[in-house]
Amino acid sequence: MRSIILLVFWLVSCCAWAIDPEPPLDDPIIDAEYQQLIREVRCLVCQNQPISDSSAPLAADLRREIRRMYEEGSRRAEIEEFLIARYGDFVLYRPQLKPMTWALWGAPLVLLFIGGAVFARILRARMRQSITEV
Amino acid sequence: MWRYLLPVVIFSVLGLFFLRGLNLNPGYVPSPLIGKPAPEYELPKLKDMTSTVGSADYVGEVVLLNVWATWCPGCRQEHPYLVELSENSGVPIYGLNWKDDGDKARAWLETLGDPYVATAVDATGEVAIDWGVYAAPETFLIGRDGKVLYKHIAPLTPAVWENEFLPRIAAGCAAQPCAPLTNVR
Repeated sequence: MRSIILLVFWLVSCCAWAIDPEPPLDDPIIDAEYQQLIREVRCLVCQNQPISDSSAPLAADLRREIRRMYEEGSRRAEIEEFLIARYGDFVLYRPQLKPMTWALWGAPLVLLFIGGAVFARILRARMRQSITEV
Repeated sequence: MWRYLLPVVIFSVLGLFFLRGLNLNPGYVPSPLIGKPAPEYELPKLKDMTSTVGSADYVGEVVLLNVWATWCPGCRQEHPYLVELSENSGVPIYGLNWKDDGDKARAWLETLGDPYVATAVDATGEVAIDWGVYAAPETFLIGRDGKVLYKHIAPLTPAVWENEFLPRIAAGCAAQPCAPLTNVR
């Protein structure tokens, strides 16, 4: 009985992520790149969803457009430029590294450095303290 | 001394970030098109699908391009004001009917009035993608040099017209004189 229920769930699970009704692109390498890219393009209608997960009409249009560009031989860099020229850096979940996004990409490193410096200071103070206590 | 001052400084900086960040509208995505040449297009005319309308029709003119659809509540909200602008502002308004039903769109203009010089039909949404459209209604201001001067996302209101559109139109007209503008309220 349990195995039948599991089987049903397993069969149904396919449809949970089948938002893009189109068949895969002919070239498996290109298709993998396409699948990867649509997971990293923001749907601007429902901003915390990638277009791969969104059923918004705009997401479908963007998928169709990206697919068409891949079919015409464009590659990821070109398609990213196409999207950014129209929707801005915000459209990519992984924005490109450029002066505008330096702060965004650099902030974690800067914060890590500050955290490390504070940590080192505290450690040193404690070591000194324990030495004087001894 | 620093031990006491530092948290205050950090808190103030964070506070400033929050003050700014929380007052921004997260749904607003600034358009990268501002200051760039407006995308070109040529599409069937809503009222006469056998002929076309496009960017070539307003070369050298200051115009508005309004993206609308009958499924968009904000478009209905701003429609009476667009009609008013078309009658009084002196700025031609072109429409872009975005992924809509042609019959419904024609009926809409029939009953609510038609503020547009002409409406282009973008049934597939391809031209809308070129313009970076994501939430109708959107209104673009296009200068005489064919560049996008401004984009407004949300229904057009008298306040927006006066504060955002008129100064930009006036600045453009100072460089190259254009038809007199009236302040529509």
